[in-house]
Amino acid sequence: MQEHATSDTYYVPPPSIWPLVGSVALLALASGFALLLNKFSAGPYLMALGMGILLIMLFGWFGTVIHESLAGKYSDQVDTSFRWGMAWFIFSEVAFFSGFFGALFYSRIIAMPMLADAQLLWPDFHAIWPSAGPGLKIVLTPVDAWGIPALNTLILLSSGATVTWAHWGLQKGRQFQLKLGLALTILLGVLFISLQVHEYGEAAFSIRDGIYGATFYMLTGFHGFHVMLGAVMLSVIFFRAVAGHFTAERHFAFEAVAWYWHFVDVIWLLLFIFVYWL
Amino acid sequence: MRIANYTDQCAGQPLCVRRLLFCMPNALVFTSAFLLALALALIAAPARADYALNFPTPASGLAQDIYDLHILILWICFAIFVIVFVPMFVALVCHRKSLGHVAAKFHDNLKVEIIWTIIPTLILVGMAWPATNLVMSMKDTSKEDLTIKVTGRQWKWDYEYLGDDIRFTSNTTTPPEQIDGAQAKGENYLLEVDHPLVVPAGKKVRLVLTTSDVIHSWWVPAFGVKQDAIPGFIRDAWFMVDKPGIYRGQCAELCGIGHGFMPVVVEVVTPEQFASWKDEQKKLLAAAAVDYSKTYTMDELKTMGAKVYTANCMACHQPNGAGIPNAFPALNGSKLVRGEKSAHIERVFNGKPGTAMAAFGKQLSDLDIAAVITYERNTWSNAMGDVVQPTEIAALHKRSQ
Amino acid sequence: MYTAADPADAHAHDHAPSGFMRWVSSTNHKDIGTLYLWFSLFMFFFAGALAMLIRAELFQPGLQFFQPAFFNQLTTMHGLIMIFGAIMPSLVGFANWQVPLMIGAPDMAFPRLNNWSFWLLPAAGTLLISSFFVPGGAIAGGWTMYPPLFIQGGIAYDMSILSLHILGISSIMGAINIITTILNMRAPGMTLMKMPLFVWTWLITAFLLIAVMPVLACAITMLLTDRHFGTHFFDAAGGGDPVMFQHLFWFFGHPEVYIMILPAFGIVSTIIPTFARKPLFGYVSMVYAVASIAFLSFIVWAHHMFATGMPLGGQLFFMYTTMLIAIPTGVKVFNWVATLWRGSITFETPMLFALAFVFLFAIGGFSGLVLALVPVDIQLQDTYYVVAHFHYVLFSGSAMSIMGGIYYWLPKWTGHMYDEKLGKIHFWLTTIAFNITFFPMHFLGLAGMPRRIPDYALQFADFNMIASLGGFLLGASQLLFLYNVIQCVRGGAPAGNRPWEGADTLEWTQSSPPPYHSFVTPPIVK
Ligand code: HEA
Ligand code: HEA
Ligand code: HEC
Ligand code: CUA
Ligand SMILES: [Cu+2]
Repeated sequence: MQEHATSDTYYVPPPSIWPLVGSVALLALASGFALLLNKFSAGPYLMALGMGILLIMLFGWFGTVIHESLAGKYSDQVDTSFRWGMAWFIFSEVAFFSGFFGALFYSRIIAMPMLADAQLLWPDFHAIWPSAGPGLKIVLTPVDAWGIPALNTLILLSSGATVTWAHWGLQKGRQFQLKLGLALTILLGVLFISLQVHEYGEAAFSIRDGIYGATFYMLTGFHGFHVMLGAVMLSVIFFRAVAGHFTAERHFAFEAVAWYWHFVDVIWLLLFIFVYWL
Repeated sequence: MRIANYTDQCAGQPLCVRRLLFCMPNALVFTSAFLLALALALIAAPARADYALNFPTPASGLAQDIYDLHILILWICFAIFVIVFVPMFVALVCHRKSLGHVAAKFHDNLKVEIIWTIIPTLILVGMAWPATNLVMSMKDTSKEDLTIKVTGRQWKWDYEYLGDDIRFTSNTTTPPEQIDGAQAKGENYLLEVDHPLVVPAGKKVRLVLTTSDVIHSWWVPAFGVKQDAIPGFIRDAWFMVDKPGIYRGQCAELCGIGHGFMPVVVEVVTPEQFASWKDEQKKLLAAAAVDYSKTYTMDELKTMGAKVYTANCMACHQPNGAGIPNAFPALNGSKLVRGEKSAHIERVFNGKPGTAMAAFGKQLSDLDIAAVITYERNTWSNAMGDVVQPTEIAALHKRSQ
Repeated sequence: MYTAADPADAHAHDHAPSGFMRWVSSTNHKDIGTLYLWFSLFMFFFAGALAMLIRAELFQPGLQFFQPAFFNQLTTMHGLIMIFGAIMPSLVGFANWQVPLMIGAPDMAFPRLNNWSFWLLPAAGTLLISSFFVPGGAIAGGWTMYPPLFIQGGIAYDMSILSLHILGISSIMGAINIITTILNMRAPGMTLMKMPLFVWTWLITAFLLIAVMPVLACAITMLLTDRHFGTHFFDAAGGGDPVMFQHLFWFFGHPEVYIMILPAFGIVSTIIPTFARKPLFGYVSMVYAVASIAFLSFIVWAHHMFATGMPLGGQLFFMYTTMLIAIPTGVKVFNWVATLWRGSITFETPMLFALAFVFLFAIGGFSGLVLALVPVDIQLQDTYYVVAHFHYVLFSGSAMSIMGGIYYWLPKWTGHMYDEKLGKIHFWLTTIAFNITFFPMHFLGLAGMPRRIPDYALQFADFNMIASLGGFLLGASQLLFLYNVIQCVRGGAPAGNRPWEGADTLEWTQSSPPPYHSFVTPPIVK
């Protein structure tokens, strides 16, 4: 239950072991992955170990945070810190996706024409997007933007609307609206991912098929991964909402996830325009 | 101390000429040592050619312009340096606490700050102007007299005279013994090749560059040309050199273990010499054409193969075929080399994508490949006893069409 | 808003936890700052030792000690570890110690996250350094990791990429922490324009980090997929372009060099007014200058790529923007000189380092300007002139200002004075040896010696020998630094709250060392 006797001082948590656990987890995960990539049999086991430790760490750490939050340790100033923190985190995600979008634009606008100009090397290559490049001799059939992608756009946009609706419910103290809104959002998210998986299955090209395949799967893949993360985060929020953790005044955890969800939404719109449509 | 007195006289007074003058002698003692040394170094540069302190003597108009631009910028920077740091040293010498100097209180002055924003801007414009003109002429590769295609490879250069059907590979000739110190180093240590690029003097030579593996960079300092070669792309550059002679440079982009051993040598000759050189090359090429009807003997192939190996494979797989552990596999005793002929041919012809092992099918003639494979299968402790004929390689060309 | 801490809480925390767990699980900005600093000092010596091996091999022409394959590993790992292991973490260490103290905050905004940011470093460092011992050895493609060369190679390449991912996560989280601390936890009355300049530089640096580290992550992720998942981002046959990697890398890489210099500017801007006993000249223009440098740093990246053969328009654009950076940087230099002007100057070790910084950094800046001019850069790109340039800005710039900063704040951090005489000897040896090492490299570059080569033509022999000798002296001098720091941490004359009479920022109002929890009740800044 939300306590109202929030502290006035800035809460400095006591020593915590979770960060170190997290570092060990990432070290194991990364070394395991490196081994896996180079076909050492220990790789997958080390990765699984790392993953396990990471999960323990996440449960432990977030558990502590939720506990502290409920105990009223977070003053308004701490709350503001969380807001800044989340905002800058999302900014870093924006930067991350810009890198991949940058790669897409660069390949289409700059590299393609240059390759077509290099008659000496690729005598019969023409810069036509989508392209798998001059050397692979692959004819691509891109995904039709107005099929599943358009449907997915609709789904994600509605999910944006449903979280906002849930938020209104929360602000007005209508707990049922909150839970329903959240549940709908999660449902839409899961639907989106299922459709995306279906689309991957149907797609007539793979990540190996030249620059089009590479940018396509990299961008949609990372986006899909973020949707998945978002859905997991929403589920946590849903269960916390069911447990009654949020009040109309104090619910930054909810808002953070909502922000994140909107961010994922916006990225999708850009994907739809630049990857599928244009 | 006299200095202290001088300084005390003006303590608390606003900036004045007298103050500057009083402090100047001391400041100069400190600064002049460094500045003089620097100036001397600069002035001495042309005088002492054996200690190259500046660009090598320019051989092309472009290189000359670059040289001049560099000198201009250097002097401007030097002047700014003096203007900025003389006051700093004055302050360090005169405005010391140990001299009893009391700190002033001022902490900004809008007028001064605007001035020292605007003046540097103007100086920069003055630098950018000649630089812009020079960039434009460097980029202008039109109206060329001849075009040469340059292909970088780990770690040698292929040259192809477009339109003339002349092509050859330029390989370092510095013996390994000189490198590891078993032999005295020659005059052109690391800067010598078997087949230099030959170009006519006084003609605008356009280079089109690419590479078959990693990025290399073709560079001859005296020409003012440095251009990266990018795999799968074409880049161009140009130069025009009036004075015949031999000019040397090096690959300038890290390209693996042989990066330091990938020289560029250009021989500039008179147009007449160039014409006769071309004829000679064409004859040589015709003589070396692969004769597919001929069946080569083991000895012929091995002799040719040894040369091909030295020129193309030795850098990685080492003279004794032992390779370098964990980087380049040994060919001596290799399962692949001692196995089916077809797999061996396939590996050399197509290389192994994603590794340093390039597809030599595109780079060497069928005879060369046949020879080097025969050589590998029958040298060191390998004794397969079989030979590979050029026709067997030619068959692969058809398949990969 | 601020009241005294909950007494029970305060009691529980008053005493620093002790032993192993104090460091491993710390949520205290001072302890974490200390960890950062020790970590970076270790990495500095490690990467410095690699540099010693480089200089040993380059002492004479010919291959003396190492095969080219190993030499390239040395160069690559030296650059990578210096940048990601030594300079960046030490600057974050300064931020950890100083930002809360200078703005009157009780700690960082997210103390636990702060601990994680640190403990990811040893994880990443382990992964990176252990790659020396795997089959094929460490990465050898240069710290810039250009494909396709970087596509060739064994498991070390994957380990390094993943290690950089972890370092990136650490940097981003650290930056979010710092930026939030500065924006949200200033003491009442500490408006943005009253913040010490060091805090300003870190605010802007943190922003740069958050903006560009993810782009590096993108670029190296694409390397990884090109290596193992069959993508063709950097392969022309599949429509990719190796040069695209360079664009992405330098979009990160150029701001990165300012990430390493802006906090150094901040340190110098703190030291100079202290020992000139005069307020910093042009505070406002300093802030604007830092902001302009940060802004410009996003649009100059391709000056590292002039020789790749960009279109004319691209070359001119990047030349102009690069040159523009000289203006705000100049403003900073002029302001430092104006701060000294008519001050009451003393020359303690920190001040010596700060002064040398101004002087030597300017030399590095000028050589940067020379490189910014496309035609001249065409001659100089990938030569030792560039090596000279960036050691002037990185060693005499970042590293020496860091040393100055250590001497400056060590009395506050430990409560003891360092050995002033030893400090001065360290300073002079470092400065002299530094110039002997790196000044001749300008000449080498001009004369045409490419960088990243294990062996060189005979005309480069003399200057290389001088540089190597200087390098060994430079390395040996750093042992004095180590000794001095350790002695100071272990004991020494008590420093008192404010050992520098000219220092007037908030940290000097605290005891030396400051209490484990400082500013639990925030000070009021007027
Ligand atoms: C701390 C790090 C740092 C800093 C601050 C800088 C600062 C600058 N750098 Fe440097 N640079 C590097 C680190 C840094 N650099 C590194 C690591 C590399 C190599 C990477 C690699 O390839 O491995 C590199 C390479 C590099 C190149 C590419 C060289 C090449 O590979 O071909 C260029 C080209 O433009 C360049 C330019 C500049 C410029 C113009 C500045 C400017 O910011 C400098 C501005 C300062 C001044 C100009 C001096 C003070 C000003 C005045 C006193 C005012 C008056 C002046 C005038 C009006 C002229 N740098
Ligand atoms: C901040 C960054 C930083 C710092 C501080 C340094 C410090 C030094 N660097 Fe630098 N260097 C880089 C960043 C840095 N470097 C980068 C980014 C590259 C490019 C890499 C690339 O091309 O990919 C590079 C490349 C580079 C090269 C070019 C290599 C090549 O192109 O092949 C050289 C060559 O001399 C060199 C030398 C040195 C030396 C002698 C020092 C010295 O200042 C080091 C002094 C410190 C110590 C020596 C440590 C302390 C002492 C001990 C460990 C005790 C033992 C020592 C003795 C007994 C003598 N470095
Ligand atoms: C730039 C370095 C380089 C050069 C030059 C080079 N190779 Fe290789 N070679 C390699 C590498 C790396 C491999 C290992 C590829 C792998 O991972 O299987 C290899 C593998 C081979 C193999 C297979 C060996 C085995 O046991 O698997 C043969 C045969 C071979 N090379 C022949 C040649 C010939 C013939 C030449 C010259 C015409 C040559 N190589 C030139 C780097 C090189
Ligand atoms: Cu080719 Cu370096
Ligand atoms: Cu740069």
